[in-house]
This record gives sequence, structure tokens and C-alpha cells, in this order.
Amino acid sequence: MNPAILAILTIIIGVGGCVGYFYFSNQLLDKVIFPARGPNIGRNINRANMVRPWLFLFPAIFALGLYLAYPVFATLWLSLTDRDQGGAFVGLANYSQMSSEPKFWEAIGNNMLWLIVVPAMSTAFGLLAAQLTDRISWGNIAKSMIFMPMAISFVGASVIWKLIYDTRPENQDQIGVLNAVWVWFGGDPQTWLTIEPWNNFLLMVVLIWIQTGFAMVILSAALRGVPEDTIEAAIIDGAGPFQIFFKIKIPQIMSTIVVVWTTITIVVLKVFDIVLAMTNGQWGTQVLANYMYDKLFRSFDWGVGSASAMIIMLLVSPILVWNVYNANKEMR
Amino acid sequence: MSFFTRKKSALVWAVHLSVLLLVAVWLFPTLGLFVSSFRTSDQISTSGWWSALSTQTRQVPAIRVAGDEKEVNGRFIITGELFPDTDAKITAWGTSSRDPAAYKPDEVAELRSGATLTVSPTGGYTLDGPESFEGQRLPRIFSTATSPPEFTLENYRNVLFSSTAASGVGQSFINTLTVAIPATIIPILIAAFAAYALAWMNFPGRALLVAAVVGLLVVPLQLALIPLLQLHNAVGIGKGYLGVWLAHTGFGLPLAIYLLRNYIVGLPRDIIESARVDGATDFEIFVKIVLPLSFPALASFAIFQFLWTWNDLLVALVFLGTDDDTLVLTGRLVNLLGSRGGDWEILATSAFVSIAVPLVVFFALQRYLVRGLLAGSVKGG
Repeated sequence: MNPAILAILTIIIGVGGCVGYFYFSNQLLDKVIFPARGPNIGRNINRANMVRPWLFLFPAIFALGLYLAYPVFATLWLSLTDRDQGGAFVGLANYSQMSSEPKFWEAIGNNMLWLIVVPAMSTAFGLLAAQLTDRISWGNIAKSMIFMPMAISFVGASVIWKLIYDTRPENQDQIGVLNAVWVWFGGDPQTWLTIEPWNNFLLMVVLIWIQTGFAMVILSAALRGVPEDTIEAAIIDGAGPFQIFFKIKIPQIMSTIVVVWTTITIVVLKVFDIVLAMTNGQWGTQVLANYMYDKLFRSFDWGVGSASAMIIMLLVSPILVWNVYNANKEMR
Repeated sequence: MSFFTRKKSALVWAVHLSVLLLVAVWLFPTLGLFVSSFRTSDQISTSGWWSALSTQTRQVPAIRVAGDEKEVNGRFIITGELFPDTDAKITAWGTSSRDPAAYKPDEVAELRSGATLTVSPTGGYTLDGPESFEGQRLPRIFSTATSPPEFTLENYRNVLFSSTAASGVGQSFINTLTVAIPATIIPILIAAFAAYALAWMNFPGRALLVAAVVGLLVVPLQLALIPLLQLHNAVGIGKGYLGVWLAHTGFGLPLAIYLLRNYIVGLPRDIIESARVDGATDFEIFVKIVLPLSFPALASFAIFQFLWTWNDLLVALVFLGTDDDTLVLTGRLVNLLGSRGGDWEILATSAFVSIAVPLVVFFALQRYLVRGLLAGSVKGG
């Protein structure tokens, strides 16, 4: 079947199925199982209202359970078994094999570097952009230009930046901006993406470029929420613009900065496309997510691949716990 | 602004300039790709895109004289054009690689065996000799040419419609669209019903479910790949569009439920209560009141999900596969980076094709995107 027709059919079946499910299950509940008539009318209505939330929630809970919750446990199990031995339980053998591979430790080291540099730089640039653009008349246009890379895929961004890092032989004109500037200052053309350990930072630049806009939008909203009177009080006390920014505004938006920081941290932990597209983990640029992809789909070693996925899960879980804790606090 | 008054002008200028610089730095990379996608491959590979508007001088690779010879007054003459297709101008030329700029245009070079060669400023050459050139190796011409800026739509035609050059970017475009649209639409309704239940219905375990959704928000989808692939194979979906749609639906749900619940919980209580008093069922309240009122939140989620599914690489690679006829744009780009890493006219054009749709969506619906981001991040999560 033509995929386009299949797509349209799926939309119709999917949407129609959803509407149909919700409509008919409610009808069934109200008219057949617990009809709102007869001798037990009061009890029936109460019972129907107890069941109804679960009718509304069922498709979502089912999909979430199947597509996100179940795989966590299945992957945990896979990481403790060996596919070549028919899925026999091997304890922590996959983990010990993984920890004996230098590539794994390279990935861990690089991931730590990413985790420090990317959220810090994105948040810093985002904060700078938010503060500066809030003050000028064409700020909104400037914001949307800085925000724009958010819409570009990681792979697209990798192509964009690969053009910047491009290298031509010495006696030709350079077509990559970085080398053109470098040569203009009298250097020899470099193949930037192969120079360890600096190539890692060149890859990080791509993600910083993308994430700054996100940080800027959120921090800019937070900055606008800072109460005017605290700023006016500071002005009366003779504070300069820098003091106001660092001593009045920043402390008041600290919780938003933390949210931005953690959100970018999660993105960083999952970063895969950029490394795959630009270096594929060569020249000392491996990261966990790409290491995992290598293991799962290139060497088909599900045990070690799942073990590395569990490492990513482990790194995410403090944020997960913190988020859940905060959400609970807000619910009360 | 009041505190600026004292040192106003200097500071304001500094702010304007810094923002200008920031915007320039942020735009520059994309602009480079955009400009490059309209340049010819010759121009891309010989000069930086920032000089695309200036006339370019370049060393042309050697071109061997070719053509039929004519006999005129006992001499044998071959004429031809070095650049039949472009407006390049010759500034110097030569006949050996050791001295490629030995002659000026219109100067006459004496070759061995008494032949002469001249090249005109526009690249026309004349080889003139006393004996027939039959069976001889004809001389090569090295030239330095300046060519005017040249822009072309040829790259786009090649990439989108030709079956050879970039092999199937057009097909990939359709594949990506096929993945993205159902994967955007299907989760919305499922999430909206769940969000309404979590926001406005009372039942035991509600807080726990909200916490679970917040928790699942950050679960890396990397964990889901192998178990789900096994599951899909077991139930017979295998690798295909259906699998990708389901996977994107599952992965998109936590954000969808979270965003929509945050929005729906903020709807005015009076409206919903009074509808209840009037005897409306939850289903009616949801369809007739909540759904229309939540349009902004639905729109922001739809944009997120569309951008995410359009730009996704991992889910498509795993659940759709890497076959040529189902490869999505991002996957195609990765392949092109590997196989044609130096062909910037193809790479740049394909990349721009892939980012054009998200950019249009982004600029058209930015308002909703920002609103969604704020709802998702400033509150709670």
C-alpha cells in the first residue's frame, strides 16, 4: 500500500478510533452497565462516576505503560542476560565487560564534559540574550532569530556546522569559516574535527547553539516576572545595572535557572545525532548514547547496549526524582 | 528603563551592539547553508560562501584541447571554448602545470612542432599548426579565470527530482511527512482525555498518576528501543510506519499529558461546575467546553510533537529501518554526510530541504511554541 494512503487511513482509524472508544465506552457505562434509572439509580450513578476516570485514562495509561514503563524493566532485564546464550541470566557480566572497554570510559568522560559545558554555556548565553533583548525595541525580532535553531534538527545543525569546520588543502581557498579565519591569521588549515580533545568542544558548540534559544525564552519570561518594586528599591538604594542584574534579578529567578539547567542536562544525556553525524564517535568524541547505538545496532550486542542504556537511565534518575518531588509539592 | 538615564546613551548603544553581534553569530551558520545551497558546485568548492557576491578568481583545472580540426590554407586549425556554459573571464593561462599563468589572454604560445595556441579573454582557444593533429596528444590549457557571482536553482532540482545525483531526497521528504503527521495527530486526543481526567475528576491515585507522568517525562527513549522492537516483531508490526507512529505516540504522551493538564487545570472552575449542575456528563463537558477552550495548549503540543517527529533520527532509524525507500530526511542526511561528505552543493541543499518545513512552522506558529515552553518548564517540571 502506498505509505501516504496508509498514513491517511491511520489518522482516520487512530482519531476515529479514539473518539469512538471514548464515546461508546461512556455510553456503555451510562446506559448498560450502570444505567441511571431503576431502583439502584443513586448507587449506579456513583459507581459510573468511579469508573469513568479510568475510561478516560485507559488509552494513555496503556500506551505509557507499554512504551515507556515496561521498556525500563525489560532493558534492565536485557542488561542482565546474554543474547548469545539464548537470553540466559548472566548477572553483572555485561556491566563488567562494558567497564573493561576503553571506549566506554571515553564516552563517560566526554559525557561528563558535555554535562558541564553545554548546560552552563547555554544558560549563560540564554540569560545574556534574555536580559539584553528585553531592553530594546527590536528585541522580539532578535529573540526569534536566536530561538530559530530550536526548530532545526540535530542532523541539520550538524551539516550546518560541518560546513563551518570544513577543511581544504593548504594551497586552496578555505570554504569553512573557521579555517578561513585561522588561515587569515597565518595558521595552516586544520582538520578541526580530528583534533583531540578540542573536537569535543566543537561538537558541543552545535548543541549550545541550539539550546541557547530555549534558555533565553524561558529566562526572559522569568526576568519579566521579577517584581518591579524590588528593582525600584534597589535603584533608590543606588544600585547600578550590573548590581541589579546579579544581586536582585538572578537570585529571584534562580528556580527557573535550575529548571532550564536540568532540562538541557536531559537533552545532553540523550545527545546522539550530533555525534553520529559529525564524527561517529571517532577521534575521541564518543558519548554514551552513541556508544549505546553502536552496541545495539552495529555490533548487535544487546547485553552491553542495554547496560549502557541503564547507565543513561541512572544518570537521569536524580533529575527524575527531583521533578517528581517538585510536582508533588505543587499538587498539594 | 529609569535607571539607565544617567549613562543612558553609552549603555543603550552597548546593548544594541551586543544584541546585534549575538544575532549575527546565531544567524551566520544557517545563512551559510542557505547561500551555499544556491551556488554551483564549482563555486562552493573554490571559495567561501561569504564571498558569493563578489567576482571570483580561481585556478581552473587543466582542460585538454579538443575538437575537429579544419584545414585552412594548408594549416590545420582547432577552435573551441574553455567555458562553454559560464561567463568566466581568463586573466592568465599557460600550457604546463609548472607555469599555469605564463601567458596573458590573446598572447600566442609557440608549441613544439611549430604549432601556436592562443586563448581569448572569454576562453575561446585556437590551435594552429602546419601538420594535421591526427593521432597527436593535444596540449592542455591551464587557466586562471574570474567568474561573476552565479546562483542557481539547479541544486534543488537535482536533489528533489533527479533520481541519480542525491538519490532520493524527494522520496525521503515524503517519508518524513508520512511519519510526522499521524505521529502528531494521534497522541493529541488520547492525551487530552487523560489530561482532563487528571485535572478535573476525583479518583484515588490521581496524584500518583500525575507524578508518574512527570517521571516518565525524562525517561530516555534509548531504553525503549530493543524491548519495543522485540514487541513489534512479536505482534507482527515489524519495522514500518505503523511501528514509528506508535512509538512516537508513546514517547510523546508524557509531554502531551503534562502540558495539557497544566493548561486544563487552570480553566475557570465556574464554567465546568455550572455545566455539571446543568446535567452535562463529563464526556459532554470535555468535548463541548474543555476541548475548544484548550486550543492554545493543543496547538503548542502539536507544534512540539511535529518538530520533534520531523527532526527525529533515532526512532525512525530503529523502528522504520534504513532501507532506501523508507529512509527519512535526517537519516538521508547522515548517509549523505558519509558518502558525499565533500559535495557541499548536495549536502547543503538537502539539509536546507530538511530544515525548511520546521522553519516555516516555527516562524508561523512561534507564539504557541513559546507559550507551550513556558507552560512546560516554568511551572513545576
